[in-house]
Amino acid sequence: MTPDNGRVLEASNLRKVFGDLVAVEDVSFHIGEGETYGLLGPNGAGKTTTISMVIGLLERDGGEVVVAGNPVTTKSTTAKAAIGYVPQDIAIYPDLTARENLSFFGHLYGMGGSDLKRRIDELLEVIGLADRADDRSEEFSGGMKRRLNIGIGLLHGPRLLMLDEPTVGVDPQSRNAILESVERLSGEGMAVLYTTHYMEEAERLCDRVGIIDEGQIKAEGTRAELVSLVGQRDKVSLVTADHAQEVAEALASHPDVVEVSGNESGIDLLVSGAAAALPALLQLAAGAGASVTSVEVVEPNLEAVFLHLTGKALRD
Amino acid sequence: MRAAALIMLKDLRQRVRDRSIFLWGIIAPLGLAAIFSLVLGGITDTQNLDISYGVVDEDGGAQAALFIEEVLEPLNDEGLFTIEPMGSEAEADQRTGDGEVEATFLLPAGFSDAVGAGQPASILVIGNVDSPTFSQVARSIAGQYAGQVNTINASLFTYLALSGEAPDPATLEPLVGEVLAVTPPLTLVDSEAASKQLSAATFYSAAMAILFLFLTVQFGVLGLLEERQNETMRRLLAAPISRRSIIFGKALTSFVIGLASMAILVIGTTLLLGAEWGDPLGVAILVLAGVIAAMGIMFVVTAFAKTPEQAGNLQSIIAFVLAMLGGAFFPVAAEGILGRLSLLTPHAWFLRGLGDLATGSGVEGAFPAALYVALFGIVTGGIAQFRIGRVVRP
Ligand SMILES: Nc1ncnc2c1ncn2[C@@H]1O[C@H](COP(=O)(O)OP(=O)(O)O)[C@@H](O)[C@H]1O
Ligand SMILES: [Mg+2]
Repeated sequence: MTPDNGRVLEASNLRKVFGDLVAVEDVSFHIGEGETYGLLGPNGAGKTTTISMVIGLLERDGGEVVVAGNPVTTKSTTAKAAIGYVPQDIAIYPDLTARENLSFFGHLYGMGGSDLKRRIDELLEVIGLADRADDRSEEFSGGMKRRLNIGIGLLHGPRLLMLDEPTVGVDPQSRNAILESVERLSGEGMAVLYTTHYMEEAERLCDRVGIIDEGQIKAEGTRAELVSLVGQRDKVSLVTADHAQEVAEALASHPDVVEVSGNESGIDLLVSGAAAALPALLQLAAGAGASVTSVEVVEPNLEAVFLHLTGKALRD
Repeated sequence: MRAAALIMLKDLRQRVRDRSIFLWGIIAPLGLAAIFSLVLGGITDTQNLDISYGVVDEDGGAQAALFIEEVLEPLNDEGLFTIEPMGSEAEADQRTGDGEVEATFLLPAGFSDAVGAGQPASILVIGNVDSPTFSQVARSIAGQYAGQVNTINASLFTYLALSGEAPDPATLEPLVGEVLAVTPPLTLVDSEAASKQLSAATFYSAAMAILFLFLTVQFGVLGLLEERQNETMRRLLAAPISRRSIIFGKALTSFVIGLASMAILVIGTTLLLGAEWGDPLGVAILVLAGVIAAMGIMFVVTAFAKTPEQAGNLQSIIAFVLAMLGGAFFPVAAEGILGRLSLLTPHAWFLRGLGDLATGSGVEGAFPAALYVALFGIVTGGIAQFRIGRVVRP
């Protein structure tokens, strides 16, 4: 993807202040066609505020947003028509059926007639609510409401989809279905902005991730790029049947081993380039007289990146 | 515009499904109107048939004659009540006490002289204890007439003093007479006499309709706060429609629900309770104005409330206070602070407008009242527009 070509969203220098609180400061990012961009950060980081500015829900105190070539303000209907929005909290009319909810919002987006009918039927299949289409949504389970919440955002076939923590409070099965459909939509060329405080979701879905905390993007890039910020330090966990003390001392002598710590069942090492050093490490362990019963290598993840950048855990 | 209509249709679907709209918009006002007119109808229904007032002229002067000719006799001729001339205060005491007349006006000796001399003049009223309402009506007629005479007197007195002429009773008396003759003294009985024109069934039908109208308009405009509470406001704001159209859509919902419930109530009370609303076009104009007034207040409440619950409570309180002040439950004295406050309420004017229609005036009889009622809504609603923006955000 070339930088100026196929950019569905371009947000630059966003800023939002609530009273004394600077909720979002100098946030910039862009999303291309078929790309999924993640905003990963803890509660209160400024994810929802950022999304709200990007889709023209909230007045900005600074910055610019362009969606599909059209500048976004709270008044711009052209840009808004290109965006599908899934709010963090379930935003549906409980006393209307699933079909009525979809139909109302479809009409608001300028759809109608048999096209809309067909699209609603299609979508009801996708979100797995076809057999409950004519039940009032207040009777739905939490997961079903979530799926309807997402369905409304997808209805008009937007070029840019904004998902604000869509899996919070969802059972594992529904969550997986949601993640799969995001992957499929992205594969069909939709640009997706996905906010989450779940590291695994960001790693699985997002082509690029912005790590956001206290209203600022602390780092941005692909998973590999972000991980390289912490240095290529992998975590290696060894479980030995005996001689734990001797093994620990022997391993500490290896030049690639940065840190050694013991736990109840074995030894944890922080190693730069575990893949290359592993054979030598196992030899050292054997030389110390220990029989190693299991080895686990964990490459650094976004959780570690977040910890590295902010000094705190993603979830408290 | 299309978006506003879509929002209104969606709202109507929700409201119809909810059903409470039928309770507030139709069943409660109809039921209460039926109960009130059954319970209180006995008293009020007979009143138009034969109310009579006595009059004793112990003065015998020109001013007393003027009061009898210009005030009492026209009312007599219009059939509002009959006037019984009586010879003396003693006779009046007795015949009023016996209940032969509801009350008697007593023009005391020296009334004309007092008026001519620019001194305070008063008309006494002897009331029958069993007929407090009509004694009160008589007192207010007498009191306001005397007040009017005294005001004119004082103005003339001041005018003459300023122009350097000596305020001579001989100059003053004919002047007072002239002014009184050109001032229609009947204005002073307007509110009382007019509302008495409505039969109990009509009065309470109208009163309950206007009371509940201020409650049913909640089902639209207040929805702005509900949309915010259940987060759907975010979706409306994210959709390619203007913020104006969101507000307009909610206003449309209130308007349609208010108008529909009023139409059903007018027809329903006519068929079921025998209410006589008067000239249909005049009623339509008053109803339209009433809906606008109710929406105006609803917009103010919505613009200032924090939650839909708070707004609902506030609107109910205001609806009842205005209805009470406006005389929808019981007559409010036309004088004093309460009387003046009463005339600020759209309710008082709505009922007064219907009274004017009932006295047989054509459509145009409803115009002044309708104008005030509609202006009330336009002004309050207009003020609210400066602040309603705070509700139309995430
Ligand atoms: N309307 C508002 N008024 C005041 N403060 C707000 C408002 N919305 C959000 N905030 C504050 O801004 C910060 C960012 O909030 P938010 O964007 O909702 O974070 P996130 O979505 O990442 O959890 C938080 O500290 C939050 O309390
Ligand atoms: Mg959030």
